[in-house]
Amino acid sequence: MNNETLKSFIGKGAIWGFIILELIFFSVAGEFFSLSDKAFMDWDNMLLLFKQSAPIGIIALGMTIIMINGNIDLSVGATFALCAVVMLDSMTWEVFAGLGDWVIPVAWALALITGMVLGLINGLIVWKTGVDAFIVTLGSMLGFRGLVFMYNGENPTSHLNWTLVDMAEASVLGIETPTIIFVVCTIIIWLLMTRTVHGRNAYAVGNNREAAVNAGIRVGPHMVWNFVLIGFLAALSSVVFYSSSGSVNPNDGTLYELWVITAVVLGGTKLTGGSGSVISTFGGVLAIQLLRKGLGHIGADTAMVNLVIGLILIAVLFLDQQLNRKGKEELKV
Amino acid sequence: MSDLTASGDGADRRKAIVNLLARNGILIAFAAFMIGFTLANERFLSFDNVLGVVRSSAILGVIALGVTFVVISGNLDLSVGSMMSFSTIVMLDLHDKLGPALAIPVMFAMTMALGALIGFLVGYLKLNSLIVTLGMLSAIHGLTLTYSGGKNMDIADKEGTWFSVFGQGAVFGIPVPVVIFFGLAAVLSLLLARTAFGRKVYAVGGNGVAATFSGIPRARVVFFTYLISSFCVAMAGLLQASRSLGSQNTVGQGLELDVLAAVILGGASLLGGSGTVFKTVIGVLILGFITNGLLLVGLQFYVQYVVTWVIIILAVWLDVAAKRGRLWSPIA
Amino acid sequence: MSIPALRLKDIVKTFPGVRALDGVSFEVLPGEVHALLGENGAGKSTLMKVLGGIYQPNEGQIFIEEQPAKMASPLDAKSKGVVFIHQELSLADELTVAENIYLGELPRKSFGRVDWTTLYEKSDAILKRLNCGFTPQTRVGSLSIANKQMVEIARALTVEAKAVIFDEPTASLTDAEKVVLFDIINDLRARGVGVAYISHRMDEIFTISDRISVLRDGSYRGSLITADTNEDEVTQLMIGRSLDLTHAIVPNTLGEVALSVENLSCGSLFQDVSFQVRAGEVVGFYGLVGAGRTEIAETLFGLRTATAGQIKISGQTVKINSPTDAISHGISLVPEDRKEQGLVLGMNCRDNMTLPQVGALTSGPFVSSGQEVAIFDTYHEKLEIKTPSWKQQAGNLSGGNQQKIVIGKWLSMAPKVLIVDEPTRGIDVGSKSEIHNLIRDLASQGYAIIVISSEMPEVLRVSDRVIAMFHGKIMREFSAEEVTEDNLVQAISGIGPDKVA
Repeated sequence: MNNETLKSFIGKGAIWGFIILELIFFSVAGEFFSLSDKAFMDWDNMLLLFKQSAPIGIIALGMTIIMINGNIDLSVGATFALCAVVMLDSMTWEVFAGLGDWVIPVAWALALITGMVLGLINGLIVWKTGVDAFIVTLGSMLGFRGLVFMYNGENPTSHLNWTLVDMAEASVLGIETPTIIFVVCTIIIWLLMTRTVHGRNAYAVGNNREAAVNAGIRVGPHMVWNFVLIGFLAALSSVVFYSSSGSVNPNDGTLYELWVITAVVLGGTKLTGGSGSVISTFGGVLAIQLLRKGLGHIGADTAMVNLVIGLILIAVLFLDQQLNRKGKEELKV
Repeated sequence: MSDLTASGDGADRRKAIVNLLARNGILIAFAAFMIGFTLANERFLSFDNVLGVVRSSAILGVIALGVTFVVISGNLDLSVGSMMSFSTIVMLDLHDKLGPALAIPVMFAMTMALGALIGFLVGYLKLNSLIVTLGMLSAIHGLTLTYSGGKNMDIADKEGTWFSVFGQGAVFGIPVPVVIFFGLAAVLSLLLARTAFGRKVYAVGGNGVAATFSGIPRARVVFFTYLISSFCVAMAGLLQASRSLGSQNTVGQGLELDVLAAVILGGASLLGGSGTVFKTVIGVLILGFITNGLLLVGLQFYVQYVVTWVIIILAVWLDVAAKRGRLWSPIA
Repeated sequence: MSIPALRLKDIVKTFPGVRALDGVSFEVLPGEVHALLGENGAGKSTLMKVLGGIYQPNEGQIFIEEQPAKMASPLDAKSKGVVFIHQELSLADELTVAENIYLGELPRKSFGRVDWTTLYEKSDAILKRLNCGFTPQTRVGSLSIANKQMVEIARALTVEAKAVIFDEPTASLTDAEKVVLFDIINDLRARGVGVAYISHRMDEIFTISDRISVLRDGSYRGSLITADTNEDEVTQLMIGRSLDLTHAIVPNTLGEVALSVENLSCGSLFQDVSFQVRAGEVVGFYGLVGAGRTEIAETLFGLRTATAGQIKISGQTVKINSPTDAISHGISLVPEDRKEQGLVLGMNCRDNMTLPQVGALTSGPFVSSGQEVAIFDTYHEKLEIKTPSWKQQAGNLSGGNQQKIVIGKWLSMAPKVLIVDEPTRGIDVGSKSEIHNLIRDLASQGYAIIVISSEMPEVLRVSDRVIAMFHGKIMREFSAEEVTEDNLVQAISGIGPDKVA
């Protein structure tokens, strides 16, 4: 029983403990190594951190559900790029010429619908063919990326709409749009996973699929919905990011899937499915961004960031395994 | 000898045909594809073009050979792209510092040390290979950047070095990378298909528990699959370095998923226990010929992404469908 | 008399190579506890899975209150008032008790929200009825196995069940928990629910049931009214004619002591186990699931680490840390789960058979196909394995032939000690006796053999000596002359009068 409480404490609390550790470490180390004389835990710096976390973070929320289901989605980076292309390009379409600035919500809607359709494609293939989600989304990662290229060749797709940029960079009490959207999404997805039938079923499906089937949960459509949801979130992330930047390269979003999965695993969600928490994923996303910024703050370069994140990921896995060992009596297989 | 188990009736025969189709579906699709493109463009099957395709697929192919071992043993290796950047950069750097003759073994040793680390983590510590190699993808990328200081790496005397022979030379008119790719494929194919080690790789991937219950040291077998994978990566790094004689830090980025696509296309199951080196070579060539064929008929390189997508899904679907004996998944 | 809550008529269910159920009929009246008794592999669980909608029968009919019914799925069965309480737990560990009880049927509010108040109220009421010591909010993963079983039972009470099927519900319960379970069953009976109760524990059956039906080898062998019968009569039905064969053992000339185990322990799994096996002798280990028999075998084979004690092979103390060690000392293990532990199903028969020694069968760097085929041919003939060729995938063979591949695999290693765990699980009757004869035959060739089995007739049929285990301890050792069903049953239940440690 004691072991159980300890495990659940470490499972849920670990990521926040890690974040606090990071904050302390970088604040102290920053005093000695920092190139700027600004403190690390400066308010503006923290706000920036949230804003920069948003693109990866919003997708990571969806990935949490997918992974709780026991699936994985490798196509989110390509979805991200394709939705950006749709959004930016649609604003220049002649059909919408008469709309003025009303083209903006239309472009957003088109991007979001694109994301959902891509998710739907993944979900339907997983459901109907019974091919593993890893392979299905590995395939669509290539395929969706191909569609991005086919749209505009190797050229970037750009469209600057200043109203759009203003909206993207608007802020309430100093908190910018991306941050607000990230936080609001986190809350909504958290409510979805903890309070709704769909969310609870997601855990059941990942935990014990056979039991879920026997209990009459329609596992196929359930998983399709989750793929639609992650498609939507990848699109939303794209809308948030490209509304302010206004230009997308066909290679944008490459390796996003790996960053997203890293954040989710760091947050304690298991690849085998059945457990995980949206709030911990939120922590995982912050922890990674904090690590990036913190290491930058004390003068380390991207090289060090990559190295440290990789090693931490492996260390987390190792610790998790050690905590779950049954001890000496265990069968050695 | 012994009486046959009942297997003559119509249903069984139909199942056998479906099975045969599914098992060789990828070869059939490949043949159809080749015929189609040959009809569309007579240059497609010319000797020069074929050689060109194999040559440009060699680096991806060499890595895929190693990853085949890892996948058959039931694991994944997502770190190969990052690791190939590492070996390329190290090779180019040491070329000038130690001279090519000494640099090559040192580079192999350094790359294989990384492979050994992964093998230790996945084999002996029994950590999930997807996460471990994902972490190593990032960590090795960091290592490469640290090593190079973030700068591109170039050989000082690009004209004068004999080192370029690996990437640019030819033996009897056949490019060296092609020779190395096929040579390595032959050796590894024998290793996998004919040696006791190869048999153990299949056993561990097919049923790890049963392998353990048969006294097979699973951890050691997994360890060696990663060592082989890293050896192949080092070889690919050698070819890449020799071909370009200068490189960015990110030369192998994203390669891991292309490699995996080739291995899966070759019919290896991600669950482990199935696949062959020969089939992986076919998978690599299919990817190469798709790119080439689409280019020859005037389409851009990226159209191949979409085509590959469709082919991968269809190939695996067919395989899964044959195993369960019905086309559509029974999930409600 | 009232009409049966549930009735099965002439049910046939076949699996590739096995006819698991052969025209079985069975009925449960309202307010009755009808026990279904039979050895492992007799077809009890298969029958109940047909009832519960998990398996579809090949032939036969099901009636609910005399209306023909089809059970398309477990959910379908449940909606028709037939609830199945699984032997293997089917719970989601990460969810709460309440969520598990109403899995798939969580009460909803607007926007798909879970109606927690209703959920907890309803679950709490059920848990109270069951006298459970935990709340609906508890995470299932933190419960003991017995409490998880309670959650399974609670699930059955969410609907107005006409019939409830219990499949070996006491397998992991303590005595105190059993009492609670029996109270629940009595409560169900009092409220007019028909209860089907599967077990192979005689004492329970006599405590709880009104009627007993016996299955053997997939077919129905008769029913008895519990009040009018006794254990002997039931055992007779259960074991059938094989009873006559039990003492037909021809003892072999025994050689030296091949294996000697002294005070071996492995944590909480088994303690202070000592026994010897001589060359030419078959020692049977009998006990309930969880008594520690398989764990002893796994420890001897290097798959678990002993916490105390010694293992001697031919008088020499040996250290066994891995299967490789065990194999090199001449110990072989034919494991309990053929498909999970014994075979790589996707590999061909020859490769499976030579797997432990493939490293030694080389000529130059390569595996010698000739040597491998020679080994396969030897055991193919010797064990009369029915397969068209060595190229056949092991997964395509019947259970009996698969088992022979595994046995051949270990015989080809020329072991001193051969441990066979559940030699005939899931194997049809014909092949069973073949395997039994084979084991006796091997012993006469001088192998020291340990047979672990949950099937009493099997143990009696093959063993020169029988060791009875209970809760991780050796309770008693019997010679072939001493052993009877009665004293064996008593010894493994821990109630034997002559407890000898």
